[in-house]
Amino acid sequence: MPLPALRAGEVRPTDGSRAHVVSRAYQHDLNGSGLERGAVQVEVDAVHLHFGGVVAIEEVSLEVRQGDIHAIIGPNGAGKTSLLNCMSGLYRPQRGAIRLHRGDGDPVDLTTTRPSRSARLGVARSFQNIELFRHMTVLENLLLGRHVHMRHRLAASLAWFGPARRQEIEHRDLVEEVIDLLEIPALRKLPVGALAYGLQKRVELGRALCMQPAVLLLDEPMAGMNAEEKEDMARFVLDVNELAGVTTVLIEHDMGVVMDVSHQVSVLDFGRCLVTGEPDVVRSDERVIKAYLGAGSEPMGAGT
Amino acid sequence: MATATGVYHSTYTADLALRHTRSEHARLAIVAIALVILPFLATPYWLTVVNQIGIAAIGAIGLNILVGYTGQISLGQGGFLAVGAYTSGLLVGDLGLPFPLAMVGAVLMTALVGAFFGLPALRLKGLYLAIATLAAQFVIIWVVRNWDVVTGGTAALAVPAGELFGWTVRGDFTWYWIITGCAAVAALAATNLFRTGLGRAFVAIRDQDIAAEVIGVDPLRHKVLAFAISSGFVGLAGALTAHYRLIVTWERFTLEVSILYLAMIIVGGLGSVAGSIYGAAFMILLPAWIQQLGQSVGGTFPALSRNLPAVQQAAFGLVIILFLVFEPRGLARIWQRMKDYIRLWPFRY
Ligand SMILES: Nc1ncnc2c1ncn2[C@@H]1O[C@H](COP(=O)(O)OP(=O)(O)O)[C@@H](O)[C@H]1O
Ligand SMILES: [Mg+2]
Repeated sequence: MPLPALRAGEVRPTDGSRAHVVSRAYQHDLNGSGLERGAVQVEVDAVHLHFGGVVAIEEVSLEVRQGDIHAIIGPNGAGKTSLLNCMSGLYRPQRGAIRLHRGDGDPVDLTTTRPSRSARLGVARSFQNIELFRHMTVLENLLLGRHVHMRHRLAASLAWFGPARRQEIEHRDLVEEVIDLLEIPALRKLPVGALAYGLQKRVELGRALCMQPAVLLLDEPMAGMNAEEKEDMARFVLDVNELAGVTTVLIEHDMGVVMDVSHQVSVLDFGRCLVTGEPDVVRSDERVIKAYLGAGSEPMGAGT
Repeated sequence: MATATGVYHSTYTADLALRHTRSEHARLAIVAIALVILPFLATPYWLTVVNQIGIAAIGAIGLNILVGYTGQISLGQGGFLAVGAYTSGLLVGDLGLPFPLAMVGAVLMTALVGAFFGLPALRLKGLYLAIATLAAQFVIIWVVRNWDVVTGGTAALAVPAGELFGWTVRGDFTWYWIITGCAAVAALAATNLFRTGLGRAFVAIRDQDIAAEVIGVDPLRHKVLAFAISSGFVGLAGALTAHYRLIVTWERFTLEVSILYLAMIIVGGLGSVAGSIYGAAFMILLPAWIQQLGQSVGGTFPALSRNLPAVQQAAFGLVIILFLVFEPRGLARIWQRMKDYIRLWPFRY
């Protein structure tokens, strides 16, 4: 269930792990969607994608609502990453449409846009295998997240003084808020390649966030992390959603995390979408238990 | 000591400045003073060498924008230098434009030609792109050699000495100031480019092109733009050559020149403006040193002085290989390490 957004200084009265105080009031709205909370943000409509004989996605339909954390789960090879790639324009499905709804104007079909255009429309993402700009600092990586919001004029860039410098300072302000939100102020000037794996994942989340996305796609942001890092990352995903109201599509294997943080869960298996629903409903769905965990397993989330 | 413990800023403006510490400002002042004194002390021979370095530095900065910063490869440098030199020479010689205006024209023309030959970069990477830009090299030189009516073909094109307000601009001393001024502006402009979003987008393409696209960097636009900007700098270097030497021949712009420039940025440091300058200086000075060496030991080893060109070429190759193996980040990195060492002295970690 969508929770109301927190304001600065508020504490969420809940089960300890989620409770925290917001350290400062945020000036910038990181949520780039023009839609009302709960409105359909992304509509995946009968998408079909195959590579030669391999069917990666088969007639998948689902809706992601504005303000939700929408988890996509499923075993390896189920087609989760492929679905995100379709949304960000990296893969072009053979059939179907992915409509991104906008506050103003008609929805745009993301299956026909190039990645850079999808980004411009408000689709931001992280990758399963970190894809940062390794030789640049954390700050430069995050500033690159501002690329679509900047005006790039050659003469101004070469001259620096004037509009170019003003723009750098202007955007630095939002970037600093993201740095603050993700608790990485000490890393600002460090080259990303030198950071620990978990921190790189956090920077990648930050870069996507700097885009002020309409929808944030996170491909296994907690994979390969230890329990502590995982907890941190889960908290940041929650913060991003609760404080900033950013709609998030989250691919994650850890059922405990998924059941804890998400508003909606879709289950993919062999390229098909078995079910979409609230965590409790999905957890007890017969087909899901059978297909995802194999017959006779414990229900998902039990014991975690 | 503030420098030893870290540099702190209280405003973004201060944080964005190029130089932060007093020693950095002092170093810049020393370099500036040295550049002002130098032409008064240098012998005529060394003044021509310094002028060559200045021009090469501009060309190397241009190439580094494309190769070092954007991660595209180009073997067309010689061709682009030719476009700049011939365009500027012809604009003065045939159309009678004042030479500064002609140089601006040359920059724009070379940028345009560079953008055109950069189009294959949209589809090609690495070696394939190298071959495509090699085509630029050969096509341009072929056009120069065969378009007799305009370029004078294989004969040399004589460029009238530059005139400005009735004053004839000639001589190594005068050109020293023009070349050094242009080089300084080029270095500053390139540095500026890479502290703004546009330059960062180029580096993003180099580091991780898929991620660059996904954050909204249009690869088509930026790759072509990188070729255009890079070629603009190279065109300026070409134009300066034309007006400084007053003669333009195609033999100065062969594939060897393209490779020489690649060597400059490898030796100097890929993705470094300062490195481009160090590399240009090094690769221009190296043959001069070897020549002097040959002359001084020529009596004892006559074979050495007889085979001087071969020795020079071998030294070139050796230097490039040594840098690739031992310090791929070039002279800029070595200098950086020296600075760090001095800065921390006597406190070593
Ligand atoms: N670029 C590709 N080329 C060929 N096959 C691919 C490609 N991307 C994904 N696939 C195939 O599509 C299926 C789904 O993969 P993927 O989306 O990565 O699954 P998941 O992220 O759920 O683990 C797999 O069988 C995989 O081999
Ligand atoms: Mg995957």
